[in-house]
Amino acid sequence: MTDLFSKFDALIAQREGLLATGVKDPFSLVMEEVKSPTVAVVNGKETILLGTYNYMGMTFDDDVIAAGKQALDEFGAGTTGSRVLNGTFQGHKECEDALKEFYGMDHAMVFSTGYQANLGIISTIAGKGDYIILDIDSHASIYDGCKMGDAEIVAFRHNDVEALEKRLKRLPADAGKLVVLEGVYSMLGDVAPLKEMIRVSKEAGAMILVDEAHSMGFIGENGRGVAEEQGVLDDVDFVIGTFSKSVGTVGGFCVSNHPKFEIMRLVCRPYVFTASLPPAVVACSAASIRKLMHNGNKRAHLWENSRNLHQGLRDLGFKLGTPDAQSAIIAVIMPDLEKGAMMWAALLENGLYVNLARPPATPAGMTLLRCSLCAEHSSEQVADILSRFERAGKAVGII
Amino acid sequence: MTDRSEMFDRLKGLIEPFNKKGVEVGETTTFAGDLEWDSLTVMDFVAEVEDSFDIIISMNLQAEIENVGQLVDAVTKLTAA
Repeated sequence: MTDLFSKFDALIAQREGLLATGVKDPFSLVMEEVKSPTVAVVNGKETILLGTYNYMGMTFDDDVIAAGKQALDEFGAGTTGSRVLNGTFQGHKECEDALKEFYGMDHAMVFSTGYQANLGIISTIAGKGDYIILDIDSHASIYDGCKMGDAEIVAFRHNDVEALEKRLKRLPADAGKLVVLEGVYSMLGDVAPLKEMIRVSKEAGAMILVDEAHSMGFIGENGRGVAEEQGVLDDVDFVIGTFSKSVGTVGGFCVSNHPKFEIMRLVCRPYVFTASLPPAVVACSAASIRKLMHNGNKRAHLWENSRNLHQGLRDLGFKLGTPDAQSAIIAVIMPDLEKGAMMWAALLENGLYVNLARPPATPAGMTLLRCSLCAEHSSEQVADILSRFERAGKAVGII
Repeated sequence: MTDRSEMFDRLKGLIEPFNKKGVEVGETTTFAGDLEWDSLTVMDFVAEVEDSFDIIISMNLQAEIENVGQLVDAVTKLTAA
């Protein structure tokens, strides 16, 4: 008998090798208590959270929690059904209404996760004979959406407008084309030149999908994302987003002005063949989205936190993924996986949690410590974070 | 129609700057196994071939190309179209 697990042997060996050096397993951390959007208890120790994508700190917002409790009482624990059968409750419609208002768009479709939103929309709208043109550093959910569908997939170099334009020009003029972009790329926290990319895509007759998962709520005048910030949201055909970052819950969505968009509810398999979100989740999400429309001060504070952390880490001598703070993600580049895991563990010992990211999820084979800031981090916490980075960095010998 | 050996030589020339280990390149040389290219090198090389021949090698097609001979066939077909 061939052991189907033998294909994982190399990964098992790498993992065992890493653990043998004495570092804690970075991928089996348990949050024993969560005290606020920025503090949890890990290994019995109070820990500052700097790797949760909880950008706007909505997870413990009083109005959000109250909305969830009420929905739990009134609509029960779950829907036990698909959106197209028995799984659309009043709360799901209200959540979609909140999204339409937030983005100023005609249609909104809520999925059970952000992953499924990309999986479903991409695999369904680009079919056999169509082309999907995507950035090589696209998120796994975008690649999986491509793999699930029947379109031809064409990749171009990360954030390279010329490479995108060249490839678009080589495609058959009359073929259906979908250009897939992200506002903020989550590994390095860098922003895409959407304005130029959307211009060349439109010139080539392509439709455009932008994943704004890491920008919702704080980039752009109304928090609609990078496309809004660069003044090109009207040219985007489909915006994909998630509830599991700024919104603070779980779920995914697509908003669009396409006149035929509603047909997606019948043909999109990751929407149809799964149970819908629980009533408490959509109620929390709707309340959160409505609050995110009006939060100028919180946004300003998040940006201040991001710039301060970026500047502080640079001053300490760390190598960062971007020359300036372009989003609420600051990526610290580690020399290699072993040093990265040691640094990650040293930070945790110092009461600080960040994300350890490694190949193949990262570009260029890099090992990264990804820090994501929260509008609820106080200025004192950011200063505290920097001193913990300094202690850990010196102990591990990175700075 | 480009002659096969001519196409092979042209592609071999494009492979060389990425052939860090100095592997002898033949029809059966594999990109992942013999040349030990990672996904990043593959991407850079594919972009180079695409720009040199003004073609698109989709990721669907890339998945079917494992060795140099298969690449020669694929590019020959794409440039003939």
